[in-house]
Amino acid sequence: MELMEEVLVDNGLLFAFALIGLLMWFSNRISQRLSGGRIHGSAVAIALGLALAYFGGRVSGGTKGLSDIPLFGGLALMGGAMLRDFAIVSTAYGVEFSEMRRAGLVGVLSLILGLVLSFVAGGLVALAFGYSDAVSITTLGAGAATYIVGPVTGTALGASSEVMALSVAAGLVKSVLVMIGTPFVAPLIGLDNPKAAMAYGGLMGTTSGVSGGLAATDKRLVPYGAMTATFYTGLGCLLGPSLFFLFVRGLLPA
Amino acid sequence: MIYGTALLATCVLAGLIVGDVLGVLMGVESNVGGVGVAMLLLIVATDRLRRRGRGFSASESGILFWSAMYIPIVVAMASTQNVVAAVGAGPVALLAGVGATLLGLLALPLLARLGGRDAPLPPADEPEGL
Repeated sequence: MELMEEVLVDNGLLFAFALIGLLMWFSNRISQRLSGGRIHGSAVAIALGLALAYFGGRVSGGTKGLSDIPLFGGLALMGGAMLRDFAIVSTAYGVEFSEMRRAGLVGVLSLILGLVLSFVAGGLVALAFGYSDAVSITTLGAGAATYIVGPVTGTALGASSEVMALSVAAGLVKSVLVMIGTPFVAPLIGLDNPKAAMAYGGLMGTTSGVSGGLAATDKRLVPYGAMTATFYTGLGCLLGPSLFFLFVRGLLPA
Repeated sequence: MIYGTALLATCVLAGLIVGDVLGVLMGVESNVGGVGVAMLLLIVATDRLRRRGRGFSASESGILFWSAMYIPIVVAMASTQNVVAAVGAGPVALLAGVGATLLGLLALPLLARLGGRDAPLPPADEPEGL
């Protein structure tokens, strides 16, 4: 038993791969069984990940979730900034300039408006709950954009681990809401054509939420919404720790 | 396959360096948009290579693998966050998420009508969801 634990600790990253793989499989099962696939397996998995982090934090009393338990230390490497940035950038592969142009003015406007609205919503909530430093406010605003933009911004600015966790959770709430809510609101907001789908992707930004929600509305709309949603994450990672941070810092009393 | 991964790694590193330099120039101690810059670099680089078209598709899998690992890595990241403290902070996350979603929904009808509303797609052969 001790010998086994030693192997798992020494090869922490490999154990993390196996563990997360199991978690993904389990989440996909839950997604299919309990929601008929309506809530993506990815959203279930992220929620489970946050729950495990809570458990880990309670057990160890540390600040790094499950990875504070030595056996699960490899998760810190797998979910750390290096591999995360690596994987995020790889998702931009396959985007073509011609597609960017096809999205056109509506796409660009929706991206900018969507990012600004999310940052404002998240930032105001942060202010209302007593966060008064520019780093925390910007990170929470970024989290309201997506659960990627939040931690990327937080890492870049050096936000506290508590604020980072909040930003992931905020992005997750949005992702799940969009996933579930899209089919219901689609008729009310005219979401029945490619152009509206592109605007929707740009406004909401959460790629998992938008593609899940559009799939439940009309499968043919998915590629249009997913495309602008991908740009959203990239633009968010670009603007979050730069323009938005400087703006927030400029607004706050010194 | 290693070419694709190497290219990806180079783009990420270059982006992060640019981000750090921007941070110093702006006088903020942070990485300014490094990931965003890296994504742009990757798009430009792969677009060029593909247009030249000399067997880049073989290296492609070195990038696609990591793009498939994206959600699992995010899940691992989620499991290492300080959720105990975040839960103690109250419904911040819930409100921020809900607020951002509502604002976005409200803005959609305005945007989609910009420059004329498109005709809806014809009804699908087999009605989906709703």
